[in-house]
Amino acid sequence: MSSTTLDFTSFGKRLRSSYSPRLLLSELLLKQWFEPVIPFTVMIALGLYFSVTIPEYGTLANTASLLRLFAEFGFVALGMALSLISGGIDLSVGAILAASNFAALYYLYVLELPTWGVILATLATGGAIGAANGALVGYLKARPFLTTLVTLIILRASVNLLNERYATVFATNSVDSSAWDYMGDGTLLGIPINAAALLAVLLVGHVLLSRSRYGWHLTAIGASRKAARHAGIRVERMLFATYVLSGMLCAVGGVFYAARQNSTDSTTGVGWEFQALTAVVLGGVSLAGGKGTVWRAMIGGLIVFMLTNGLVRLGIPGYVTSAVIGVILLAAVGIDVKWSKNRGKAAQKIYVNPARLPLADAPSIEAGSGSPYAHNNRLVNAEAIGLNQVEGPEDVILDRHDRLYGSTRDGNIIRFSGPNLEQREVFAHIGGRPLGMQFDANENLIVAVAGMGVYGVKPDGTVFKVTDETSRTWYKLNDDSRLRMADDLDIAPDGKIYFSDCTTRYEMTTNTLDVMEGRPNGRLVCYDPATKKTSTVLNHFYFPNGICVSHDGKSVLIASTSLCKIFRYWVAGPNKGKLEVLIDDLPGLADNINRASDGTYWLALVGIRSPAFDLAMRNPGLRLRMVKQVPIDEWLAPGMNHGCVLKFTESGEVLGSWWDPSGVSHSTLTSMREHKGYLYLGGLENNRIGRIKLDGVDETWTGYEAYWGGKRRDRG
Amino acid sequence: MTWQIMPGLLVPDTRTQPFAPGGRRMSASANSAPPRLRGQVAKSAAFKPSQEQIVLLITLLLLVVFSVALPGFSSIANLLNLMRSISILGILSLGMGLIVISRGIDLSEVAIMAGSWSVALIEIQKGMPVFWAASIAVGIAVAIGLANGAMVAFIEAPALFVTLAAGFVIYGVAFWFAPAWVVYGPKDAPGLLFLGAGHIFGIPVPILVFAAAAVLMHLFLSRTSTGRFIYSQGDNPESARMAGIALRPLIVLEYVIVALVAWLAGLVWIGTTGSMQMAITQGTMVFDVILVVVLGGISLVGGRGGVFSVVVGCALIGTLLNAFTIMDINSEVQNIIRGVVLLAAIILDNWLHPRDEETARQGD
Repeated sequence: MSSTTLDFTSFGKRLRSSYSPRLLLSELLLKQWFEPVIPFTVMIALGLYFSVTIPEYGTLANTASLLRLFAEFGFVALGMALSLISGGIDLSVGAILAASNFAALYYLYVLELPTWGVILATLATGGAIGAANGALVGYLKARPFLTTLVTLIILRASVNLLNERYATVFATNSVDSSAWDYMGDGTLLGIPINAAALLAVLLVGHVLLSRSRYGWHLTAIGASRKAARHAGIRVERMLFATYVLSGMLCAVGGVFYAARQNSTDSTTGVGWEFQALTAVVLGGVSLAGGKGTVWRAMIGGLIVFMLTNGLVRLGIPGYVTSAVIGVILLAAVGIDVKWSKNRGKAAQKIYVNPARLPLADAPSIEAGSGSPYAHNNRLVNAEAIGLNQVEGPEDVILDRHDRLYGSTRDGNIIRFSGPNLEQREVFAHIGGRPLGMQFDANENLIVAVAGMGVYGVKPDGTVFKVTDETSRTWYKLNDDSRLRMADDLDIAPDGKIYFSDCTTRYEMTTNTLDVMEGRPNGRLVCYDPATKKTSTVLNHFYFPNGICVSHDGKSVLIASTSLCKIFRYWVAGPNKGKLEVLIDDLPGLADNINRASDGTYWLALVGIRSPAFDLAMRNPGLRLRMVKQVPIDEWLAPGMNHGCVLKFTESGEVLGSWWDPSGVSHSTLTSMREHKGYLYLGGLENNRIGRIKLDGVDETWTGYEAYWGGKRRDRG
Repeated sequence: MTWQIMPGLLVPDTRTQPFAPGGRRMSASANSAPPRLRGQVAKSAAFKPSQEQIVLLITLLLLVVFSVALPGFSSIANLLNLMRSISILGILSLGMGLIVISRGIDLSEVAIMAGSWSVALIEIQKGMPVFWAASIAVGIAVAIGLANGAMVAFIEAPALFVTLAAGFVIYGVAFWFAPAWVVYGPKDAPGLLFLGAGHIFGIPVPILVFAAAAVLMHLFLSRTSTGRFIYSQGDNPESARMAGIALRPLIVLEYVIVALVAWLAGLVWIGTTGSMQMAITQGTMVFDVILVVVLGGISLVGGRGGVFSVVVGCALIGTLLNAFTIMDINSEVQNIIRGVVLLAAIILDNWLHPRDEETARQGD
């Protein structure tokens, strides 16, 4: 092993090379839960700051009294959040709180309703005001911002008028109701009653918003009103209901406010709409609508509340607080707009993170060099089967009846039969991009399908799913439970299906990026038909591609495309669980491996290394700039216009190579199968399946009989 | 652009220009008739009363009714007083009209007026020459306009949110510099007070200032390419951008103009009252301004109306406010009435010039 290469057999080293800070950030940006993390941190930091600067701020008693002050604002913020999620806005929330506060006191002192009656009547009042907003916004399709701003003015003026008339009545009257007093200063399990009520409403609201039909419809309307209407959602009615709900939430706040203060004046709820708006946008409820949770609204609410409350306690005048809240709103709105517009772009920009990948020195492939890799013309005159009848047969295989199968780009398995293999038929349509294939003991054709998983085709052509997911790696940010790109597979004597999932960060269409990244993003996965369980055997593997169970069935050979190496992984015997390098210095990018008739193995090289490619693999910065700045068809790539087929022994010694340097008939070579003295050739981009006659091999040998038919070496 | 290619179709009323694609949506209930050809639109529009004409008619009717019903209403002194009292509202509405024509809005206009001038007056109290103080006020106004415009144009934040928040920031910062609800101006600065308090041939100068500002704004909007660009932006910002109009600098310019108009209104305000009241930033004055603009026919969808709309809207609101004062109506009741009227105006505007609420952005 050359001194410049790294040891890729140890798990720890592979794990370390799969991460970098930039890579973590790019994956973090794609996480839904990442957004509220920032405001949450701000909230905690603010709480800590005030507990340090304000004496006795952090005490339990103070927290309880703060919660009691906060709860009513929390209800108002929640109402604001609902209207924002619906794609509108309700600026009248503060005024509805004031109106509900007045209404509650009116019902209590003037109409002398019992406490439950007061609560219900106030809720109805808030709901009715919300209904006016909802009718204007939902049914009359008025502009939510200006409409609710105007209803705010009208409501505020009305409440002020009523206040003037009833303030003395409220001040002189008193009721003797323990229930009402409990609403004002009671506690539930040590939590102030209004905060406990808020918590209950939040829990219900969370379920309603994220798990119920109402919430899904609401989010859909906020995200795209047109699409929601086309989906059959009754947009007008939903919007109406949302403003009613918003009004009722404010009314709940109003009842608690009334019970706590038992008075009304012209400053009740003034500016709350502005603070609530700041709060929910700060918490991460998007102005654009369709995005937000009750918790985000509460995080923002707590920040704004702690800030206003804390600034008052620090003796800072109200106008400064007003300016601070204004600046925060400006910043939050700006960040919200920019974030929703550019988040995807930013994540995409830093998603590809090339790493240094020093490859072993490439052996010579020069014709006449005497190297086993030396160029020759052995494939130039290969016979063409199904010329222009197959589109990119990545893998080829033959069954017991000498019929030839190819997995093509259009999601089909194409079968050729008849004496000269001229009879073409679509054996099965699986979908996805079928790649590697293998027959199991029952002659089912098991296929690795990129984008879908592992599927099987019964001899009669029916398709069935084998597996499409594996266990999730708990420490990975990207959910890797889905099989993104199952590439090749082989079946062990015990029926276990070993297959490669060559990348967990990219897809079939972008898998070149994985090679360009040069990180161990792939894995070897095993499906056990006995337990029907799928598990990841080797995690963090460099683009595992070809998979082949050894002749003795005790180990699995893995071709690593980006490392240009062949590995052996022991699945049985004394070395079970060990991973070792079998061939270290291939001259090209390894693809499928298959068994040969003489106890050796065939290997296809899909691309050929060049000094420039090797240099690029050692220079991650170059590759990063290339991926970012150069169009994809001008990227530096290995020589992809002609590949070769190699033969190597159980000990990793390469015996010879088969080339088509013209690149005309077999521009790519990704697979080959030996069958009755012939070698069949498949390629990812070819328009045919090739065939050459092999000299001096067992002309009765077939892959199926040799493996399943009792001729296997481990059975003697 | 259409009016250059087909000048024959050009009608004097900008609101009914046939090239306005943004406002003439087929879903409009007003357009329930089968689609008409362009020429027919222009022709029939000539016979149909425009919103300005309707508002003017209502104003005249109200004037007649109030003259009969309210003693002292129709006196020359009261009418001059009426015009004087609405001139500040009118000047502010000219700026708001411009920004609404461009499909924006500026809720911080009143705050700019109060904030910039209260700082300037405090400086005058501390001994700064009037000219330099006025220059500081201009500087503050322009700076706020630039900031508002940059937030809207470059950050692409919705104008409603930006200017709403800006109003609070301006109030807070200005109060920090000038911590008083009422900042009094100098008694002996004729240059400063002339625009608000002076008379020319018996006519109060504020009326003349409003008239001059209206003429200037009209010329700017209808006779300069920048003015026409503002209309095309309001009609359809996206096509205006694609037609090659540098939209972002234009938006910044619009907000700066609004701020300058607010500064001018502040100058008149100080002359009229001798002081600057910080309380107006917290009040509903800015909604009166929006009411004037929307009522007069400058639709919130943008690209509609003009200076004449502001003038007639102002006349209607001025008449109403003056009548309220004479009838001595409680200010809260006034607020309710104005709120209901504004609500009606917005809904009517929405009905006359429907926007596509399905593709509308938050804050439109």
